[in-house]
Amino acid sequence: MAPSLPDMMSAVGEPLAPGAARPRADAPEEADLFTALCRLGDNSLILGHRVSEWCGHAPVLEEDIALANIALDLIGQTQMWLGLAAEVEGAGRDADSLAFLRDAWHFRNILLVEQPNRDFGHTMMRQFLFDAWHQPLLAALEQSGDARIAEIAAKAGKEVAYHLERSADLVIRLGDGTEESHARMQAALDRLWPYAGEMFAGDGVDMRMAEAGLFPAPEALRATWRATLDEVLGEATLIIPASTWAQSGGRQGRHSEHLGHLLTSMQWLQRAYPGASW
Amino acid sequence: MQASVAQVWEWLDEVPDPEIPVISITDLGIVRDVAWEGATLVVTVTPTYSGCPATGVISLDIERQLRARGVDDLRIERRISPPWTTDWLKPEARARLKAYGIAPPVDGTAVAGVTSARAARLTGARAPVCCPRCDSSNTEEVSRFGSTPCKAAWRCRDCLEPFDYFKCI
Repeated sequence: MAPSLPDMMSAVGEPLAPGAARPRADAPEEADLFTALCRLGDNSLILGHRVSEWCGHAPVLEEDIALANIALDLIGQTQMWLGLAAEVEGAGRDADSLAFLRDAWHFRNILLVEQPNRDFGHTMMRQFLFDAWHQPLLAALEQSGDARIAEIAAKAGKEVAYHLERSADLVIRLGDGTEESHARMQAALDRLWPYAGEMFAGDGVDMRMAEAGLFPAPEALRATWRATLDEVLGEATLIIPASTWAQSGGRQGRHSEHLGHLLTSMQWLQRAYPGASW
Repeated sequence: MQASVAQVWEWLDEVPDPEIPVISITDLGIVRDVAWEGATLVVTVTPTYSGCPATGVISLDIERQLRARGVDDLRIERRISPPWTTDWLKPEARARLKAYGIAPPVDGTAVAGVTSARAARLTGARAPVCCPRCDSSNTEEVSRFGSTPCKAAWRCRDCLEPFDYFKCI
């Protein structure tokens, strides 16, 4: 009989690629905090990598440079979030080993950020849906009861404010642009819409983190996000889909096929040459 | 004999920013503290942007400079709070940026992250960025991001030159 997927996960996960969310009976709060920090770090890492795929391929030079800069910001933020996650875990790992030596089922990013780039408009729509959430999320995290979280959020928030301005500008310019660009932006919004709801779907980890005063409850960010969407997408002459059905699973480690392909590219060097450094 | 903290600051004044060599790392305001911990010199540095690739080079440059001055026992610490702001850029550094062709930051224009800031910008209700070559305020933004994370790409509508703007954060 073929082994079930969970059996394979535990077999593959030890000891070369230790799991991201091993339950720690001795310290359940640390295990929750570790998961919550991986969710933040994995979002910025996977989106940062996706955006970096544009480097050298963007439609114009200025956009190529801007995309590379945004990817850099996100990967820099990843170093802080995953660095803190590793510190909280206390198992001898660091930001690099979390980024390069975990397999897909140990990643905790939302499904939205692993979606392929497709065309430039699709990339900007994905970025806008994320930025409009990322910005108020970081603003709320600045009030975290954990000073380490608040400090990283304050640093990252200043950068993300620029990301949101830019993605909103481009969504408007392309949405309220030519017939072709408008159609592509509406198609991008329709395609990505089912992946947006996962941002606000809380689970037990979220509930306990919110009760501890460390993270905002996911649902609490929905009104601000929606207000930004109404304003920007309205100006972009795009229609927000009425459906409330949402894909889920990424934050619990159940990913789309796209993540595995992304990881084969992102992790290749550390997998092929373990311990390699500049 | 240990060098005085004031002496160390003077040595650090001589370390140029690797991306914008006309200003030093102390001009940029990223050296946050210099202190002796017993026999160890501790230099505390904050990154400009969290992913700025120059950060590693800056640490190496600091180490190289201080070792050349005879400091063997040193540690470079990274501090992210309070986060770096262009308000910490020294006034004399702003003049050097402009002479180098980079428009210095216009204070008070940092993006608040709300779309009202975007609305203000679209309607022109904000202080102008002046062309570093001809001083014209008839300028426009080409892209929010420039050749490094800390800059944006602009152009002058009068002398038609493109230029970098050191954006406010």
